[in-house]
Amino acid sequence: MMSMNKKKKKQQLKTIVLPDGTVMKANHTSTPRYMIQHKWLYIMLLPGLLYFVLFRYVPMGGLVIAFKNYSPFKGVWGSPWVGLEQFRKFFSTADFGRLLRNTLGISLMQLVLYFPAPIILSLFLNEVRHNGYKRVVQTLIYIPHFVSWVIVASLTYQLFNVSDGIVNIIIKSVSGSTIDILSKGKYFWGLIVGQDIWRETGYGTIVFLAALAGVDQTLYEAARVDGAGRWRLMWHITLPAIRSTIIMMLILRVGSLLSTGYEQIFLMRNDLNMEFAEVFDTYIYTRGIVNGQYSFSSAAGMFKSVVGLILVLGSNKLAKMFGESGIY
Amino acid sequence: MAKHRKSFDSGVRRSPADHVIDVIIYIVLGLIALCTVLPFMYVLAGSFATEKELTEKAFFIIPEVWSLNAYQYAIRTANILRGLKNSIILTVLGTVMCMLFSMTFAYPLSKKHLRGRNWIMNLVIVTMLFSGGMIPSYLVFTAYGLYDTYWALILPALISPFNMIIIKNFFAEIPQELEDAAYMDGASDLTIFAKVVVPLSKPVIASISLFYGVGFWNDYFSAMIYLKTPAKYTVQIQLRSIILLTSQISEVAMDYYDMNGAPPDKAVKMACTVIATVPILIVYPFVQKYFTKGVMVGAVKG
Repeated sequence: MMSMNKKKKKQQLKTIVLPDGTVMKANHTSTPRYMIQHKWLYIMLLPGLLYFVLFRYVPMGGLVIAFKNYSPFKGVWGSPWVGLEQFRKFFSTADFGRLLRNTLGISLMQLVLYFPAPIILSLFLNEVRHNGYKRVVQTLIYIPHFVSWVIVASLTYQLFNVSDGIVNIIIKSVSGSTIDILSKGKYFWGLIVGQDIWRETGYGTIVFLAALAGVDQTLYEAARVDGAGRWRLMWHITLPAIRSTIIMMLILRVGSLLSTGYEQIFLMRNDLNMEFAEVFDTYIYTRGIVNGQYSFSSAAGMFKSVVGLILVLGSNKLAKMFGESGIY
Repeated sequence: MAKHRKSFDSGVRRSPADHVIDVIIYIVLGLIALCTVLPFMYVLAGSFATEKELTEKAFFIIPEVWSLNAYQYAIRTANILRGLKNSIILTVLGTVMCMLFSMTFAYPLSKKHLRGRNWIMNLVIVTMLFSGGMIPSYLVFTAYGLYDTYWALILPALISPFNMIIIKNFFAEIPQELEDAAYMDGASDLTIFAKVVVPLSKPVIASISLFYGVGFWNDYFSAMIYLKTPAKYTVQIQLRSIILLTSQISEVAMDYYDMNGAPPDKAVKMACTVIATVPILIVYPFVQKYFTKGVMVGAVKG
């Protein structure tokens, strides 16, 4: 009986009844025939495929120079193979430990301080029931996300500099002396994470608010009728609703632990705070593009990409082990 | 508002403590919103102020004496209009090309019946997880002859896998019956895409264009790596050098000092910051209504 039902269902799938009543047999066409029938779909895919090959996969293949001693004169294929020599050199430089410390320092600080910020802010926004007020606040807090790092950096310079920045004027009136936040290495990590929080917290709420928009409002009402207070509503309804989104964002963040980003740090570092400001990304830029050590810096970049890949796949697997859906 | 609240509370009384918490939440949110906006207002006000007021007063939102000196200086001496023009060309050209490539690529992939679909999607997802990195990309794109051209900024960014997947998910949500009807009338997949699907996709087109556009407008790092001719510099590169090279600007500003009585160094920095920010803020309100609604639904599902 079961198998007959299944068979019937399969047959039903194959026939399509058009609105005007004609019955079309959608029998399984062979792939070449299908491709001719839908040739435009495949033609439309071509430019994109060409893009992915030329601008994504060819650079990936370009990573072979990490295993060579690349010289622009000899070309990629003419340069001699050196095996893992470039990686060995990279791991044994005195810089490596400093780079790892700074990169992880900034990343972990982001994880602890910046990652929870949008979650907390969306919980706050979720409590607001005056729609007009909510919309105004949302509109304003999204704005910094759309402003470039150059502008964020220039605002920071204008607000924090020692001679006439408003922040230092305030600090001076309170404590009597100024603090050179912009060029003291020990403030650098905080400065970067602070910029992140200012720029991205508001925009970061969108995914969580989208998840919350899907929550059935009668759940809240029912719970409230049962006598649940604000905190219990938040704990038992709101947080579970955004749990999978939080885990998804966490996986992505863990995957980019070694990628602190080029622009932001590049724009804020200077000769004075370099000791705490040099991270893998800026180091790769300096060694590769400024100094022309292409193979060495490719090896450094590859190390970073491989570790990133392992972190994403690992945390995704971990999430699945705990019964979450993960990112794919 | 009262109406809304009533239906939501459905007769459950709220305690006084609840109201206190409400007020606190409203105030905190207001303060957060203020913190995001104040730096912009400060810089905007400063750009219209005289240098004298800027050095004398620590903070103000409305300048006492209005002045266009800083803007005149930014336009004449710092040549900011050239960078602005370059950035507009780059942004418009780049966004149009990105949308063309991303949409035509996303449409076939939105069809569940497409043979080879999984294979191509995997090809795309791999690039989200792993990349060649900065140096191999730099060498390859330079070998393509893109160095010192805007193509070096546009071509590598043509399809963002993330944006493409949002578009794909949006296309997949369009009722299939609409397309089927056209298909029965003998329309090809391309005609259906152009005549049926694209006109129905305004929300996603608006928001993804904003994402691409903002990316081009704000890009600093690629522009710095690839553009060498100063005449091609974008507004972000110009702004960066104006903010940083205080000594240089002050030297040039000294000429101006003689004519106008005060070196407009600080105000000029603010004016340039405003000039680089305003185009984004002009576009933002028009597109904002789309991205909160349309895009994030697709993103969350994807």
